[in-house]
Amino acid sequence: MNDFLEAFFSWEILSEAWPILLDGLGQTLLLSAIVIPLGAVGGLTLALLSTAKSRWVRWPLIAYVDVFRALPPLVLLVFVYAGLPFAGLEVSAIGAVAIGFFLNTGAYYGEIFRAGLESVPAGQAEAARALGLKRPQIMALIVLPQAVRNVLPDLVSNTLEVVKLTSIASVVAMPELLFQARQAQSVTYNATPIMAAAVAYFILLWPVVRLLSRLENKQLASRR
Amino acid sequence: MSNWDKFLDSFFNARVAAEYLPKIIDGFWLTILLAACVIATGLLAGLVLAVLRAMGIRPLNWLIIFTVDLFRALPPLVIIVLIFFGLPGLGLEFSGFAAAWIALSLVLMAFAEEIYWAGITSVPKGQWEASRSLGLPFLVTFLLVIMPQAIRLVIPPLTNRTIAITKGTALASVVAVPDILGAAQAGVSFSFNPTPLTLGAAAYLLLFLPVEILGRWVETRFAWKR
Repeated sequence: MNDFLEAFFSWEILSEAWPILLDGLGQTLLLSAIVIPLGAVGGLTLALLSTAKSRWVRWPLIAYVDVFRALPPLVLLVFVYAGLPFAGLEVSAIGAVAIGFFLNTGAYYGEIFRAGLESVPAGQAEAARALGLKRPQIMALIVLPQAVRNVLPDLVSNTLEVVKLTSIASVVAMPELLFQARQAQSVTYNATPIMAAAVAYFILLWPVVRLLSRLENKQLASRR
Repeated sequence: MSNWDKFLDSFFNARVAAEYLPKIIDGFWLTILLAACVIATGLLAGLVLAVLRAMGIRPLNWLIIFTVDLFRALPPLVIIVLIFFGLPGLGLEFSGFAAAWIALSLVLMAFAEEIYWAGITSVPKGQWEASRSLGLPFLVTFLLVIMPQAIRLVIPPLTNRTIAITKGTALASVVAVPDILGAAQAGVSFSFNPTPLTLGAAAYLLLFLPVEILGRWVETRFAWKR
């Protein structure tokens, strides 16, 4: 038991490592604050474009979404970070993360928003048209709010996944929470910093998981 | 050399491709093996947890809910790193493959339990009561009466979640598993040419595009008619 505490919950190590862990936590939050809006806006754009009638617009969009959903995010990130310099494009770690996340999470958000838009009955838009609303008004005021409400659990769930996914930025040496914890671990030969990072992630995200559970149960109950 | 030639020479270099293709193919099979292991243990463990939860023992249920929440909240890479770099401190050494297998199984277990549970609770209580009063034991009721009714609701989200978590196998490259990504990265650093990464990306597309399309089909096939 003492060995266990010493290996994972050492006070001594934690008291030394906590400043850089806190720094990493800040970076993780900052990173999330960048990539979540980026992905959500990208996804919304994709979804709005895919409401187009022309198949010359829709089919390339479907292909785009399928390709970037099929590639694991870490593969995209490594490709952007390690591959693009060979094409003469030096990208910083944060630039690579932003591009990789935009491509991957944008595709996921796009798929969710598309399902949401499809879930709103056509009668809603028709009624709004009959009342004389313009197309952008119909989308922004009538269809989109209902669409978002219908897919809210999926949106929250995807956002949770994006925050968790920021941990892969450690692979390209972004100094976020997991990276800092690994640094501290490799200096001290003790797993306490990683354990502390895990605890930080859990404290940060547990409320979201709870909220999600409730949203999902509510959605399920309404389908019964 | 024009820019276009330079681009082709970097990303689609035939000589480098020929040299590293065998490694990528080995990685391809390793990725499939890891994915199969994760799917088998993760889905099974999730089902076991859901059955235990259906038995309705209070303290046990709290424990299950906490475990599920824990592995839904933690990033998979954090769990992999914790197992691979942390547990040796207790004298428990795991290979990279085992660490990734255990970590991703735990994550899939958590998500699967949640989905199974949602399916189970969607079946009206009268079904339990009727089959119990006919004298069917708990497990028989669960497997032959409740599950067949729940499965229709469960299959689309379970398929999608399983696909998403299976893509996490690429994380194993971080703990030195020579899966597709691991082999590709090794290839890049040996050849100083990104063609292995192109091959790797192509291998992932070959593997996951059909899966992605299958997921879409499953979703429409089992769509909940409203």
